[in-house]
Amino acid sequence: MKNKSKFIKGAADGIPIGLGYLSVSFGFGIMAVGAGLSPYEAFVISLTNLTSAGQAQGVSVIAAGGTLAEMALVQLVINIRYALMALSLSQKLDKRFTPIHRFFAAYGITDEIFAVCSSKKEPITPSYMYGVIAVSAFGWTLGTFLGAIAGELLPPSVSSALGIVLYGMFIAIVVPAAKKQKSILTVSVIAALLGIMCKYLLPFISGGFAVIICAVAASVIGAVLFPRKEEKP
Amino acid sequence: MSMVLYIAVMAGVTYLIRVIPFAFFRKEIKSVYIKSFLYYVPYAVLSAMTIPAIFYSTGSYPTAIAGTITALIMAYFDLPLIAVALGACAAAFLTGIFI
Repeated sequence: MKNKSKFIKGAADGIPIGLGYLSVSFGFGIMAVGAGLSPYEAFVISLTNLTSAGQAQGVSVIAAGGTLAEMALVQLVINIRYALMALSLSQKLDKRFTPIHRFFAAYGITDEIFAVCSSKKEPITPSYMYGVIAVSAFGWTLGTFLGAIAGELLPPSVSSALGIVLYGMFIAIVVPAAKKQKSILTVSVIAALLGIMCKYLLPFISGGFAVIICAVAASVIGAVLFPRKEEKP
Repeated sequence: MSMVLYIAVMAGVTYLIRVIPFAFFRKEIKSVYIKSFLYYVPYAVLSAMTIPAIFYSTGSYPTAIAGTITALIMAYFDLPLIAVALGACAAAFLTGIFI
């Protein structure tokens, strides 16, 4: 009974995440179908990956016919932040979090789920985390499927405008952080400038590798210029 | 290349990144430089993914630029993620009507 109420509490906390995911993954569904995937394939990607940036870049690797090694590296670099979040979250788990639960719950470590779980005062129980994950993943996969289907039905003027939705979300993540910290602003501007250079001066580098090279270079420059003394933001 | 393989690699790598530190790793990272590097990676990734790809995201430069500028302004005023994302779409859509 106690576990059940924890699950419901988690599910309630997951509703805003699920609603947000629904609208953003709608854009991913449209993007995936536009890149030549079927709605079913887009749905399976969302169900098995549960991540926005990695999926978006993964679809462009698929569309460009990239190699599996490129795909693996792209996912590694784009999603490496989850390793940090997983590490941080692993410090505040309830003792009920046995290894089996850790294997299942690891699936649901995303930026937003991490943010909600780590904002809790008390240790996280498996039931609570499963509640958050269930509602969030439901919104993410449902939105993907609806977007993938609607992408074929919507007038081109609407579906092409929706192609920008994920990028809009990325801007909404980077700009407020860059406004507060000069280091993040510098790193972001360097990454964007390197991105432009790769695209127009070194067009033989594929999109996935270009993102890796630019992001790693900009982050190294950031770590050297602005090493962070404090623990967490 | 088979779609099943692509999806398996995507999902497998993404899951391993999450599960290895969550289930196995117990030591804390001490190096300030590695911690700083990891801290900056998400912002660098998102910036490099967005620029210049966002300018090609709608199939026409004017609509994409209108959407980008709208998103930058809305994000600067700390509006919620969804509002910024949908605002960019709306700006791209409205610009598309007038050109």
